[in-house]
Parts: sequence; structure tokens; C-alpha cells
Amino acid sequence: MSGVALLAIFVLAVFVGFEVVSKVSSTLHTPLMSGANAIHGIILVGAVIVAGEAENGLELAVGLFATVLATVNLVGGFVVTDRMLEMFRGRRPAASTDTKGGPR
Amino acid sequence: MNVLSGSWTEVLYLAAAVCFILALKGLSGPKTARRGNLIGAGGAVVALLVTFLAFDLDHIPLILLAIVVGSALAVPAARKVQMTQMPQLVALFNGVGGGAAAVVAILELAAIGAGGDATSDRGNLAAVAFTVLVGSISFSGSCVTFAKLQELMTTRPVVIPGAAPLLVGGLVFSVGIAVWLFAVGQLWLGLLLLVLGLAVGVMVVLPVGGADVPIVISLLNAFTGLTVAAGGFVLHNTLLLVAGTLVGASGTILTREMASAMGRSVGGVMFGALRGGSTAGSTAISDRPVKSVTPDDVAILLGYARKVIVVPGYGLAVAQAQHTIRELAEQLEAKGIEVAYGIHPVAGRMPGHMNVLLAEANVPYEALKEMDEINPEFKTADVVLVVGANDVVNPAAKTTPSAPIYGMPILEVADAQQVIFLKRSMRPGFAGIENELLYDPKTSLLFGDAKDSLTKVLGAVKAL
Repeated sequence: MSGVALLAIFVLAVFVGFEVVSKVSSTLHTPLMSGANAIHGIILVGAVIVAGEAENGLELAVGLFATVLATVNLVGGFVVTDRMLEMFRGRRPAASTDTKGGPR
Repeated sequence: MNVLSGSWTEVLYLAAAVCFILALKGLSGPKTARRGNLIGAGGAVVALLVTFLAFDLDHIPLILLAIVVGSALAVPAARKVQMTQMPQLVALFNGVGGGAAAVVAILELAAIGAGGDATSDRGNLAAVAFTVLVGSISFSGSCVTFAKLQELMTTRPVVIPGAAPLLVGGLVFSVGIAVWLFAVGQLWLGLLLLVLGLAVGVMVVLPVGGADVPIVISLLNAFTGLTVAAGGFVLHNTLLLVAGTLVGASGTILTREMASAMGRSVGGVMFGALRGGSTAGSTAISDRPVKSVTPDDVAILLGYARKVIVVPGYGLAVAQAQHTIRELAEQLEAKGIEVAYGIHPVAGRMPGHMNVLLAEANVPYEALKEMDEINPEFKTADVVLVVGANDVVNPAAKTTPSAPIYGMPILEVADAQQVIFLKRSMRPGFAGIENELLYDPKTSLLFGDAKDSLTKVLGAVKAL
């Protein structure tokens, strides 16, 4: 894929990123930060690719190191976010209506 | 294995990217948040499987072993962490992500160099330079943040003499090396940049005061996002590009929202201590007279009120008193008293942290009111119970232009009929500023550990 096409994707993704989180209540700032943190753990895909294409022992070792780091970010991030959100249950789950208004 | 065609790979990566967008979208609302997070995790699993199937990878058993090792390190930590320690864990996870991205870029730089003329693809080299520099800043910065939050080191700003010129010099030098790397594409320059980035990361975070650390975590989170996006450029991987950009953009918004909730600018947070604008404050203990009361007095005030608003702060969480406050609130509600919680956006150690801590204690989130929503209600409240909070209710934020927290929106507890502070001592809060409200005639103070005090108050309320 050409550099320009990648640039176009980048610019569009910036707008999506702004739009998606622009109306978050501060109640959810911590889980949102933690969830976003987990998402960038997807660098694991990059780590796996470079480790799998390593051409000597040193590159492999470094690539595997990156894989471990990225896995910690990805797996740990999603698990800890889920644990936090598990606790966000209202007294009347599902049945309660949201009176705060605004898009959720 | 290479069993997936290029088009299928792209389509499945796109699906994973959509999962991440839906995840962020879901995380924006309390009802959809958990599902959103699971969708994100699902997207990550798809992306990983696709990667194994689409690329012709060697060493697959070793890679799988590395993933197992990483999971074995992360899952127990994520499962066992105390909710009060959540911010430092997030910082740590963020740091290792940034580190991983920097290492990936270094390896890719080595591969480009081995493949012949490294300078043939300048866009690629720019992305490599960015990834290495910002990734390493994010890694070391997050490590320092972790150390501060875990109180492995002082939470006060650390300003070494000559820090400002050193930081500026370090940044300029790093950018110079990054440009040189962009020009010639030599591996050793990449490694030098990695070391410089690590040093700059430490220098940037050291002068930040403990109260501002949450903003730094959020900022470094956005940095890591951008690093991963740049990694997507390097590897020509659209998924990394989209996912990283999403996090970079949303993280930037989140950082600005948090900073404005604290009445600070992001620049002020990062460089305030270097400019001499203090975030340290004093730790002096005042000896002005205050109205100190007993748990029984507090119980009577609460028991005969019609409406009580609880303002919890980090002190509540440190004392592990979330469950006790919930019991007290239930007891009061059983007496027909209306109870609400007023949550300042930065109560706790991280924006929104208090909500997590109270949710852990099964406080229904409907009872948790945000600042804008609760502020008009203080006028109608008979009693406000401030537990382990100080700066977020300090009128100095409105009245004293010289105060470090001047301009921060506060909870207007002074509007209520009675204010009760549960405090350990007269020591000023995190920001180190005197709170005039403590000396107000309508204020009563109950000294002691938040949990002990609340347990006694709870007992007295039951006995009423």
C-alpha cells in the first residue's frame, strides 16, 4: 500500500478517534483510558511479524522480547478493563432508564 | 503459514479495526462499556489469528511461547490488582506497549538496512524515527509514573538544578538524531535514538507533581497510540495504523478533558515545575481553631437531615472505607433520607477513578452524580459529608488567584446547610493549600481514619 493511501487512512482515523470519545461522561474516564490502552497493545501483531521474520538469533531474541511486552499490554489491558467494568452495575440493571440524556 | 490471500488479510484486518472503533464507542457509555471492551478483545484475537495465517512466519512455537509468557505475567497482575492501584498498572501496561513498538521499529530498521539501500523509502524511515523516539519516551516516562504512583519514589516534583536546559537540550538533540536517522537510515542511529528517548522520558516525568500524574498517564497513553500508528506505517500494516491512530486521537481528547477538569493546561502540567510555578505547595499544619465533633454528633446531624450529599476523595479509598460509606448511605436511605454522591471528575488518582472505587463497593452508579449535575443540589442539601477529600472542595480555587489550584472547578459544598469533614489530620491536601472552608462556622470536623470514623458513625446512626 502506498504511503499516501496510508496517510489518508491515518487522517480519517484521527477524525473517527476524536468523534468516538468526544462525549464521554467523566464516570467512565478511567475504564476508557484503560480500554484504549489495551487497544494499542495490538502492536503485538507487529511484534509477531518481526519475530517471525527474524533472520538471526539476536533479532529473534529481541523480537520475542517485544512479543512478550506487547502481550502484557494487550492481554493485561483487556482483562483489567473488564474487571473494572464488571463492577459498573446499577442497582436496577438493564431496567433502569438513563435520565442523563445525550448519546451514549 | 501463508494460507490467507492478501485481500482476505486486509478485509479481516478491517473487521478488527471496526471492532476497535466499536470498543471505544461502547466504552463511552456505562451500559455498553463491558460489551465494548469484549468486542475490542475479540477484534484483537481475530487480528492475531489472521497474522499467523497470512504471513510466512518462522519460529512459530517460540512466538506462541512468548505470548503464553506475556499472558502469564499480565493476567494474574490484572486480576489481583487493588482498585486503588489501578492507575499504576495502567501506566505499566502503557509503558510496555510503547517499548514493544520501539523495539519493533528497531528490528524493522535492521531489516531495511540488510535489504540494501535503506534510504530508498524515506517515508518509512521517518516513521521508524518517530516510533523509536516516542515509543522509548513513553516506556521510560511510564516507568517513572509507575514508580511515583506506587510510591517507590517521592510523589513531589523532582527538579534537579539545570533540569530545564537539560530537557530542552535533550529534546533538541533527539530530534536532530531523528532527522539524521531519517537522512541516512543507519541502525546505530536508531539505537542511539532509543537511549536518548529513554532519557528524555525520565526527564519529562520527574518534575511532574503527584496530583498531575493522571494527566501524564493519559498523555503517554496517547503517545503510545501514535507510536503504534507509526509502527503501522513502518510495517505497512493498516490495522496497526488505524488502532494506533484511534488511541492517539481519543487519548488526546481525554487528556485535554482531564486537564481542563483540573483547571490546568497540558503544557502547565508537563513543564510547570520547570518554570518555577509550584505544584508542590506546603505541608505546614495550621493551628487555627476548628470545630471538632464526635461520631455521635455526626450521626445526629445525618440522622435528622432530609438530604445528604457524600463527597468522597482518595482518602476514602486509601482507608478502604468504600463499603462502610455504602452501608452508611443504605442505613440513611432506610430512614427515608435522600443520599447522593457528588463526584469530582478528578477525585481519586485518575479521572473517573472514584467511580470505579465506589462501583467496586456496589454503590449503584445512578447515585453517583457528576459535578455539573450535583453543584446546584448543594443548596438544597442539609448535610454534606466530605470523606478524605480536600482540594476538590477548596474555595481557594475560586477566591485565591495565587493558589496552585486556582481555576479548577470545585464542588460547591459551602452552599449546603452543614458541612462535615472526615479527615485524618489538619494537614493540607495533595496540592498543599489551606482550605478556608475548614474554619467556616457551618463546618464540623471529625478526625481519624476514614474507615474507623465511618464505622463509628454507622453504629451511632443505627442506634438513633
